[in-house]
Amino acid sequence: MKSFTGKTLRWEWHEGCIELTLDHAPANEIGTAMLAELEKFVAAFDSLASETTACIISSARKSVFSAGGDLRELYRQAASVPEKDRPKGIRSFLEHIHAVINAIDSAPFVTIAAVHGACLGGGLELALACDIIIADKMARFAFPELRLGFIPGFGGIPRLKRDLGNAVVRDLLFTGRTINATRAHTVGLVAQLAGEGEALAIARSTAAQAAKYDPVARAAAKEFMKPIPHEELRCEIEIFCELFTRPEVMAALKKFVEDSGPMPYLP
Amino acid sequence: MRTLEQTTREVLDLAAKHFQLPTGSLAPEDDFFKKLGIDSLQTLEMLSRLENHFGIELPDYEVQGVSDFKTLAERIQSRL
Repeated sequence: MKSFTGKTLRWEWHEGCIELTLDHAPANEIGTAMLAELEKFVAAFDSLASETTACIISSARKSVFSAGGDLRELYRQAASVPEKDRPKGIRSFLEHIHAVINAIDSAPFVTIAAVHGACLGGGLELALACDIIIADKMARFAFPELRLGFIPGFGGIPRLKRDLGNAVVRDLLFTGRTINATRAHTVGLVAQLAGEGEALAIARSTAAQAAKYDPVARAAAKEFMKPIPHEELRCEIEIFCELFTRPEVMAALKKFVEDSGPMPYLP
Repeated sequence: MRTLEQTTREVLDLAAKHFQLPTGSLAPEDDFFKKLGIDSLQTLEMLSRLENHFGIELPDYEVQGVSDFKTLAERIQSRL
């Protein structure tokens, strides 16, 4: 499938490059609707991979790449089932989103996240699966999950640790603060900085450059330098599900969904 | 080194420009959440705008609870 337009995202293949555009109001939250369409997206890799050199993931929403997991949906779903059944639902969701993000992480072409605005939690975890992150200078990154009493659940800690090391993970995780694009570039999270509104254009020129190299060598290099931390990813799901059963989590989720303040991502 | 007064003026000018308001329409004591009606994403945008302009990092938790330009400028000043 060379193009697709769904309710939360769309993609188009053009001259060897797949452009995936997240477009789910208000802030590209990743819930069951976006997950289902992301699964369609990665399923298309089989037929597109042989003629694809790069993939760019960007957002059509103003001021945001993705605010992360859909916490309102998570709360609604968790609140609608008996407490003992909550881990089952969240585990199933995590297994599916992990499969999607692992597929993007190991895609045999170059993957680029063109980030503008807020890139939080699951949004950052999606970007971290990409080979290269190009960020608009107004982009901001954070792992605010601890405020809710759990950890990032879409593979964030293992991937950030793989790429940058534990010190950066601890700073982001234990403060929940957002860091700007310049800081993210300094620590190595962001590969290239773009001027305001220019991330997608720079991602396209980067994709065009990557297309010049031999595809077999490129795929071999990627497999060699970007191993998927499967064991840690499994641990992450276990820890997330264990933490999720606590009453503190439901209380924090309730507080979050009812919060209309300017910094709901902070406790 | 900027004085607090200069920093405050620059914060007001940046906010006015970012939210497309006439220069001089904002005052140091204004509650920016009420005056600008900004949401969480716009708050992050403003934070980026300020950090990029002043060349500093301003952790979110340091400005949590701050709602007027004068106090915001003081927090920025402490990082300059």
